[in-house]
Amino acid sequence: MANNDLTVRVGGDSATGGIVTTGEVFARIAAYAGLEVYTTRTIPAEIKGGHVMFQLRIAPTMVWSQGDDLDMLIAFDQESLDRYHALIRPGGILIYNSNESTPPPTEGITQYPLALNDLAKAINFQRGRNIITIGAMVKLFDLPFETATAVVAKQLGRKKEMLEQNLLALKTGYDYIEQNVTRTAPYHLTPRDGAKDEERLVLSGNQALAMGAIAAQCKFYAGYPITPATDIMEFLAGELPHLDGTVIQAEDEMAALAMAIGASYSGVRAMTATSGPGLALMQELISHATMTEIPVVIVDVQRAGPSTGMPTKVSQGDLRMSVFGGNDDAPRIILAPVSVEDNFYQMINAFNLAEKYQTPVIFLSDQDMSVRVQTIPAFDLSRVRNEPRLLWEPNPNEKFERYQVTANGVSPMSIPGMPGGQYVAEGLEHNVYGEPSYSPEQRHDNMDKRALKVRLAAQDAERLEMYQKFGDPSAPVAILGWGSTIGPAIEAVERAAAEGMPVAALYVKMIFPHPHDLIADFIAQRQAIIVPELNYTGQYARMIQAEFWREVISLRKYGGVPLTAREVYAEIKRVYATLPAAPKKAKPVTAKKPATVKRVAAKKKVVTKKPVASKRQTARRK
Amino acid sequence: MISNLELPTFKFEPVNLSVNDYKSGVPPVWCPGCGDYGVLASFYKAISELQIPREQLAIVSGIGCSGRFPAFVEAYGLHGTHGRALPLATGVKMARPELTVVAAGGDGDAFSIGMGHVPHAIRRNVDITYIVMDNEIYGLTKGQPSPTSPMGMEKKASPYGTVEQPLNPLMLAITCGATWVGRGFSSKPKELVELIKQAITHKGFSFLQIMSPCVTFFDTYEHFKNRTRPLPAEHDPRDRMSALKYALEDQTVYLGLYYQEERLTYDQGYAAKRQTLPNYGVRQIMDKYRR
Repeated sequence: MANNDLTVRVGGDSATGGIVTTGEVFARIAAYAGLEVYTTRTIPAEIKGGHVMFQLRIAPTMVWSQGDDLDMLIAFDQESLDRYHALIRPGGILIYNSNESTPPPTEGITQYPLALNDLAKAINFQRGRNIITIGAMVKLFDLPFETATAVVAKQLGRKKEMLEQNLLALKTGYDYIEQNVTRTAPYHLTPRDGAKDEERLVLSGNQALAMGAIAAQCKFYAGYPITPATDIMEFLAGELPHLDGTVIQAEDEMAALAMAIGASYSGVRAMTATSGPGLALMQELISHATMTEIPVVIVDVQRAGPSTGMPTKVSQGDLRMSVFGGNDDAPRIILAPVSVEDNFYQMINAFNLAEKYQTPVIFLSDQDMSVRVQTIPAFDLSRVRNEPRLLWEPNPNEKFERYQVTANGVSPMSIPGMPGGQYVAEGLEHNVYGEPSYSPEQRHDNMDKRALKVRLAAQDAERLEMYQKFGDPSAPVAILGWGSTIGPAIEAVERAAAEGMPVAALYVKMIFPHPHDLIADFIAQRQAIIVPELNYTGQYARMIQAEFWREVISLRKYGGVPLTAREVYAEIKRVYATLPAAPKKAKPVTAKKPATVKRVAAKKKVVTKKPVASKRQTARRK
Repeated sequence: MISNLELPTFKFEPVNLSVNDYKSGVPPVWCPGCGDYGVLASFYKAISELQIPREQLAIVSGIGCSGRFPAFVEAYGLHGTHGRALPLATGVKMARPELTVVAAGGDGDAFSIGMGHVPHAIRRNVDITYIVMDNEIYGLTKGQPSPTSPMGMEKKASPYGTVEQPLNPLMLAITCGATWVGRGFSSKPKELVELIKQAITHKGFSFLQIMSPCVTFFDTYEHFKNRTRPLPAEHDPRDRMSALKYALEDQTVYLGLYYQEERLTYDQGYAAKRQTLPNYGVRQIMDKYRR
């Protein structure tokens, strides 16, 4: 088969174990063989029990999204078959555990039974069913067996006897396909020439983020365990002590951020990471960092809420809380990376902006890109520039004015140990020395000062190129987005362009303050602007409307699963049909759920909405 | 020039400072007659006797009457949010172990909103001094019962009298494993200065409860004057059971050092782990993830 861009889904019950391992190990095998991989997964919040899905996309060139139709489904149990068999594209392949499931008759799909339980029993290794499956996949995709052996040894070779068993299981699966299923592998995955020599990393968004923090010379981390942010803490706990850094597992999220603020007050670059519920608990201290003007980086790996919500499902629903959380006006800078790779570079920016403007920076990642393992280009460490904070020059003849009002709002800071630099970092409103003061004039100055700094940070977004543009810059239809929806957007824009529907796209990585000129110029001449995002109310869309007085089309998905390229494409097509110049006028529709996939209908739901301008807005425009 | 990317190790020279040199010049805003004046005066005296360089001293506080403490001392100060003095101070100390770090709080800050942090700072044995100015009432919000208020207290928020039993802060600190536990009284300055000095000098977490009456909403001067007594000479501060016995005593309020032991501090323990590890940089970490 000529198809060299493959989407494979693995489904099973987490109680039987190893579904995610199957996907991750196979993804690594493909990556080590010189291919580009992109993975996604949905797992239950429970440790044992519950349905697990792992999807990977493999191609010789960079892939940007999880893929739409399945080229191959590997079903460990009946539930996986029931859920996903309808998603297999015509001509696709189904591999199922024939000991536990019976597939419905489906035309145009090649089915391969794999008696997994029997095979595992034969080698006396019941838990080895996932490794047997990996062996089978390696043969089906015609990947080098030596690469598979090397990866299994690296990933699962901690204990010698276990490694021997795993390698036996790998061989068992490989041989089974070779002898019983087919002589010719159905899919040949061929890397590009020279691809193996390119510098590539295989890692997740959270790992890239943590590496970014280390490159940014972060020396202090405090955090409280919370899915899906915990592995940032685990990564740093293993690495920071090697770099004279400190990692503390705090007693709660408030303690975590307080510790980071205390460390930053003392002079070192400091951060914490959490998810939505933790960010809610941190709000008072975020305002405190704004008030005391202490730099600190707060990562929120967003998951679906509200409340405990769906801890292992993706969402972009914490944007509003990030920008507007906390009591009174407490300006903070909000950044959002767009990809696994971007997590690294945006963390550098996050620390530099926090230090430059002496204010908290909230970094909005999401569950999807945090756990997704991907091949990415090795980080270019020569691009890393760490700017020190503006420190006070000791002067014995003057009393240190910590909160001096300056032209750009940034005042020189002292750190403990500097003689004469003593001051109180004051959470009460204060005068220039940090002494409590409620004078109305002083108050105005300080509110202006704290807001000015954050407003000025918008200039850095353009200077540091904290945005990504793609598509046709002169297109009448535009996509303005943020975060991990960029992948499906890139692919949808390519597809639409090929079909004569050009789209201009801008992904902004500084969500607040708005890089005003950048966005204003981009949206100026468009007939329609689509804002895709994974939340219920269209939080970014509403912010854009409020800031730029411009109607946008909010493309929203809030089922806890990532947006797909097909969904973005469908919206582009729909919008093109509504343009005045278009030959026929189509009425705006709400995407219907596909009838064939009843059980995942909720996940599939995408809502499009052309928000009605408020009366006030209409009046203003007139 | 100092850069915060590669912090120098600050060298602290011996100083020759008077009590007045430690006063920031900001006038305290407490009610006339507040016990906290006595605590502050004893604190000035203690740190001047210890001759702590002012730039080496960091004072962290939460919210309440006690929260204003850093403003009055010529030192580095961090006035945090309600209840978070201990984690803020932990961050300061762990980032810069060479600093002398004091956290100041009241009974509301410590045992109500901030109670979640007290046992953890204790079990980590963070090398800081925690001064709890305990007036057994919420003063700054005008007189509501606190976790240390006696049962039956009648206030606007408890018009029919409280039915909650007060906490015993000393018991709490001792049973959580604090390595230094003491109690002072704001009206006994001589003893209090000694206690503050010992608490600051102790390597590890020092828990110092200071009875500091609220003259406006819960005047306990007479109560404490009649009931305070130094811990008996036969009490051995290394004897935890003996410390608990005196902490449980409710008719007499014993003052002095209840308990002390030597244990590895948090920063020492962390540094020891660090020393066993090879030093490397971000490039080596990245190399682990190459395909």
